[in-house]
Amino acid sequence: MSVMEGRTTSALLYLDGVHVSFDGFHAINNLSLTLEAGEMRAVIGPNGAGKTTMMDIITGKTKPDEGTVLFDGMTDLTRLDETHIAELGIGRKFQKPTVFESQTIEDNLLLALNVDHSVKGTLFWRGNRDESERIDRVLETIRLTDARNRLAGSLSHGQKQWLEIGMLLAQDPKLLLVDEPVAGMTDVETHQTAELLKAINKEKTVMVVEHDMTFVRELGVKVTCLHEGTVLAEGTIDQVSSNERVIEVYLGR
Amino acid sequence: MTPHVLTRSLDRSASIFILVVAGLGVLIPLSNLLLPAGSALQVPTYLVALFGKYACYAILALSIDLIWGYCGILSLGHGAFFALGGYAMGMYLMRQIGSRGVYGNPILPDFMVFLNYPKLPWYWHGFDMFWFAALMVIVVPGLLAFCFGWLAFRSRVTGVYLSIITQAMTYALLLAFFRNDFGFGGNNGLTDFKDILGFNVQADGTRAALFALSCLALILAFLICRAVVTSKLGKVLVAIRDAESRTRFLGYRVESYKLFVFTLSACMAGVAGALYVPQVGIINPSEFAPGNSIEAVIWVAVGGRGTLVGAALGAVVVNYAKTYFTSGPLAPYWLFMLGALFILVTLLLPKGIVGTFNAWRESQKETQVANAESAALEDGVGEPKPAE
Repeated sequence: MSVMEGRTTSALLYLDGVHVSFDGFHAINNLSLTLEAGEMRAVIGPNGAGKTTMMDIITGKTKPDEGTVLFDGMTDLTRLDETHIAELGIGRKFQKPTVFESQTIEDNLLLALNVDHSVKGTLFWRGNRDESERIDRVLETIRLTDARNRLAGSLSHGQKQWLEIGMLLAQDPKLLLVDEPVAGMTDVETHQTAELLKAINKEKTVMVVEHDMTFVRELGVKVTCLHEGTVLAEGTIDQVSSNERVIEVYLGR
Repeated sequence: MTPHVLTRSLDRSASIFILVVAGLGVLIPLSNLLLPAGSALQVPTYLVALFGKYACYAILALSIDLIWGYCGILSLGHGAFFALGGYAMGMYLMRQIGSRGVYGNPILPDFMVFLNYPKLPWYWHGFDMFWFAALMVIVVPGLLAFCFGWLAFRSRVTGVYLSIITQAMTYALLLAFFRNDFGFGGNNGLTDFKDILGFNVQADGTRAALFALSCLALILAFLICRAVVTSKLGKVLVAIRDAESRTRFLGYRVESYKLFVFTLSACMAGVAGALYVPQVGIINPSEFAPGNSIEAVIWVAVGGRGTLVGAALGAVVVNYAKTYFTSGPLAPYWLFMLGALFILVTLLLPKGIVGTFNAWRESQKETQVANAESAALEDGVGEPKPAE
């Protein structure tokens, strides 16, 4: 079974000695990382550092060749598929905003709600007040209440990013993996997104992958820098950005 | 706003569709049976059978639209499920012939006597009972679709690869049914039917009843499809069509959804085939031909995928054109015309007839709303007039 005997770690997410290679290319190389419950972590690193692959491993899209990936101290994520992992309470926002473009914003959120996801459950689904109140709340949080009946495909890039974050909220996961949330956003939107993530972090554990250093600084959380599939440096933004190796491979002199 | 209008208009087109099919299902048989032959309003029997065929094709088109238009599964082998349903009905009709066959064998159909079958193969047992055959019409295609889908969807075979293996499936069945020792009449298939539930299949009354039943089945199939696509499950299907992995990361078991809708669709195709066979009087392996399945996909594309009404309309329009052209001097060129039609529709009407019509009406409404708003502005309601 995927549930191990008792907790082996207090961390919500625990990666240890993870390796993945694609056709001989080592995308992830002895990666070890822990995320405590309630924490927010920013992950930075140059292109090809393995940030997205790491998220693929956590969400079950990619199976590691070796290593341990534990959720909540007892669940071995390497044995589960995407659906199962999502149901455990790990939500993911993709690098490229991925919403259901031909459906309304409201329906996008409805689909994301963590209610009965079985074929039978959805076939005989009847809406209820609790669900619509939750959708209303999320719409308010992501400031799309007025656009609720518009098709998601008609939203601007930044709004799509927000809708996808809203879908994560509707999913109500324990852990949010957020891949480049501010790509393509204006400065104001970037600032608002940072505020939003900070608000979300009051209740949930969040891991954010981002290139925008201003944004990462604004988040004001512990930073992990990946390089060639392994952790290069970890600490506050000041510690990491003054690290010689980080400057060399990522920030540039 | 928009989606509300959309569902309302869809509801309206859905009710119009049902009314039209029900009206035809009643009026055509009545005109055929009650009016004197040769009267201008009398629908001749051959046309009743022809329209009955169209109704069956429309059900097949609906079943394809359900999986292709709403879930993005492009099956190029749906003719196989149609043919299997047809064969199940054909087996019942063969057993009804009894000793009236050319060889007068009370148990064995003619082709078995001819091929020296010592006894009825095991899989022919039970088909002398209508209820059993009717059950098999749904169960056999459903079971095949379930097994096929279980393997394909679990292994995440999608897109063009899935289309190709569905083609291979129907082609494999074509070859199998061609074989004399497969037990389904080989090349000649099943034919020379006498009666169905005690009624002569050739009689006008039976033909009229079969047509009415086909219309009823079309309405039922349409209602089932509507119920599925307007439920939350329908939204999940569209989500799978548009962003499959996103749907997975939300915690939906995509393969279960695909399997459900694929199996349902195959059962519907089977029913269509079963109604088709007594009306055309024959079922043979050519119904498994890959080209047939592709043609059915073209009907849906022409009518408008993802609209249901369009799929049924496309099936009727394209088949009417086929009947018209293949019975005239243009007959040898029909396949070229079909190909040209597909290319033209893809290039000029990518949403199909009904899809394009819906989009046009949507834009009309938006202009109206915009006009009304600007008119309100010009009236100066709450807004100061801009200086010109």
